[in-house]
Amino acid sequence: MSHSNWGNYPITDATEHRFQPGMNPSELNGYWIPRGMGRCYGDSSLGDSMLSILPLNRFLAFDETTGLLKAEAGVTYADLLETFVPKGWFPPVTPGTKFVSLGGAIASDVHGKNHHKEGSLSSHVRSFELLLADGRILHCSPTENAQLFEATLGGMGLTGMVLNVTLQMKPIETSLIALHSIKARNLDELMDLFEQYNHVTYSVAWIDCLSKGNKMGRSHLTVGEHASLEQIAGTKHAQNPLKLPPKKAIPIPIYFPNFALNNLTIKTFNFLYYNRQFKKEKKSFVPYEGFFYPLDMLLDWNRIYGKRGFTQYQFVIPPENGREGMREIMTRIAQKGLGSFLAVLKTFGPQDSMMGFPTKGYTLALDFPITKKLFPFLDELDELVASYGGRIYLTKDVRMKPEMLEQTYPRLGEFKALLKELDPQQRIRSMQSERLRIHE
Amino acid sequence: MAPETQNPKHGTQNPKPETSSILILGAKSDIARAIAHHYAQAGHPLYLAARNAARLEADVSDLKIRYGAEAQALEFDATAYESHAAFYAALDPQPEIVILVFGLLSEQEEADKDWAKAQAMLEANFVGAASILHPIANAMEARGQGTIVGISSVAGDRGRASNYHYGSAKAGFTALLSGLRNRLAKKGVHVLTVKPGFVDTAMTEGMDTPAPLTAKPEQVARDIAKAIKKRKNTLYTKWMWRYIMLIIKNIPEGIFKKLSL
Repeated sequence: MSHSNWGNYPITDATEHRFQPGMNPSELNGYWIPRGMGRCYGDSSLGDSMLSILPLNRFLAFDETTGLLKAEAGVTYADLLETFVPKGWFPPVTPGTKFVSLGGAIASDVHGKNHHKEGSLSSHVRSFELLLADGRILHCSPTENAQLFEATLGGMGLTGMVLNVTLQMKPIETSLIALHSIKARNLDELMDLFEQYNHVTYSVAWIDCLSKGNKMGRSHLTVGEHASLEQIAGTKHAQNPLKLPPKKAIPIPIYFPNFALNNLTIKTFNFLYYNRQFKKEKKSFVPYEGFFYPLDMLLDWNRIYGKRGFTQYQFVIPPENGREGMREIMTRIAQKGLGSFLAVLKTFGPQDSMMGFPTKGYTLALDFPITKKLFPFLDELDELVASYGGRIYLTKDVRMKPEMLEQTYPRLGEFKALLKELDPQQRIRSMQSERLRIHE
Repeated sequence: MAPETQNPKHGTQNPKPETSSILILGAKSDIARAIAHHYAQAGHPLYLAARNAARLEADVSDLKIRYGAEAQALEFDATAYESHAAFYAALDPQPEIVILVFGLLSEQEEADKDWAKAQAMLEANFVGAASILHPIANAMEARGQGTIVGISSVAGDRGRASNYHYGSAKAGFTALLSGLRNRLAKKGVHVLTVKPGFVDTAMTEGMDTPAPLTAKPEQVARDIAKAIKKRKNTLYTKWMWRYIMLIIKNIPEGIFKKLSL
């Protein structure tokens, strides 16, 4: 059967097996890779055969006083939110979609809008059980099989399959976000605002990547905190402060034709999006859903990019090069006119893990439809990113060259050596790991 | 034990749905899990029964954490016939609704080569079902209330080369359910026959089933709950299978024997 991930590119013929307890992956034929919801953008969870964690989706234990949760790795963020928000607990770190499994989130070591304050998912995972290629199951934590623990968080599923996770949840008083949205006229203004609001837990900026000159980098910065009971006292929300947001989703029933997205439609969208807020600043209380998962309301929004598919380019560059690097890269993108209609800028705090993406700095994510011109252009951007000491996110990657990975992930050698030691035959492989020559 | 007097105004037939307990036989399958979630969410206490019940403990904690549901894991083997009467008698309180989900499907080609595989399908799908429904039907008849739901299959509607051992056992099961319905309807006991078509589960893994005809387990669970509420006799899920099977049943045997379906 044909399979693809969220970017609808590449599409590959592969066999998907459902994982069942007691299954020994050493009995599978050929190479295999663990798979969750298939929400990575490129080829990270595609391979000859894929072992789905989704049948394992039970909550195993929850301590209502400490918020410590043990769950099977096929549980999704949607499950987490639905079950725990009404009890007053929130995932400690959440990616921009709730349709990912915990296992996938660990493989990607996902980050959210709070990385600068609270780190990536790896800072909140206490332990997990990992199924190795030879069928052994190891308990991993910062003190037990510590190297494997670190390598698995951000290891793109290549160390084995996470079966269950013990995770520290975060207490909340309400399901609302106290939101503060500020418009920035250009990149400099935005960077100043990021510094000014660095103390707020969640922050993210949407950037118009097609505007040039002194408007380059015009954007909206939104910062937010989980609203407290005190803050919402007297409002209509106070009656049911932990209410789940209504489940309303608009399906995108068809793939849009390729011409639907062009510079004109993207410029129009960006103009409207930038000007949706008339005032310079706005404060409000909003349900968490729209703040964390704005695109989840459009089911199958990837179809907007048409059948040709799309990719997301996400890089991070260190703070000392941040302004200069970001300006140069954004100038290139605006000049090229390969528009992206949602570009998102965030900041990362310090992190140094073996394969996890985040490192201190600024991170920008842009969507691009797959076209002939795209990959050579992204190779050029790679060079720039590397020259500023940055790197790109493997979960979004579909085309990086092995040299770029080698150059920008300094602990890659340690990771490769560990994989060889764990599984001398290197049976766990994805299209991405082969493309990036991780097994050589 | 005489059935309670049945006064329509103080009907004893339909106990409050949120409190009535439910027994799910074969609780490890994907359809069974979807049914358990559906009823746990509505607040029903659940008995989850299957072989190797220790593996059901994860489901018990899951239902408790998600919905605050009361659930209990029980050891049950469909082909340990002699244990069935005692298994059911030991349930306290007795379940108001029994949903028989267990089933066994092996490759027909393997069953053609190996009688043991064919026999296992006949036993689990038919004899096992008949055996456990024996004490259940008697108890519900005596109580004058209760609901029996059997997950049969469209495969039982007509024997086909591709799965005739499975299909014939399910045909037997369908006939058993209709016989029980005929016997128990007058006694206030509801019997529902469920005939799923393709369902996206471990059982159909690797089969490339056509999407419009393939149901998700959650949809099957919702359809079953609705059919229980409406006291339906036979449920096809997805609904179009009723018409597909109507056509398949009406193909003359002379033509049918030459088809590969």
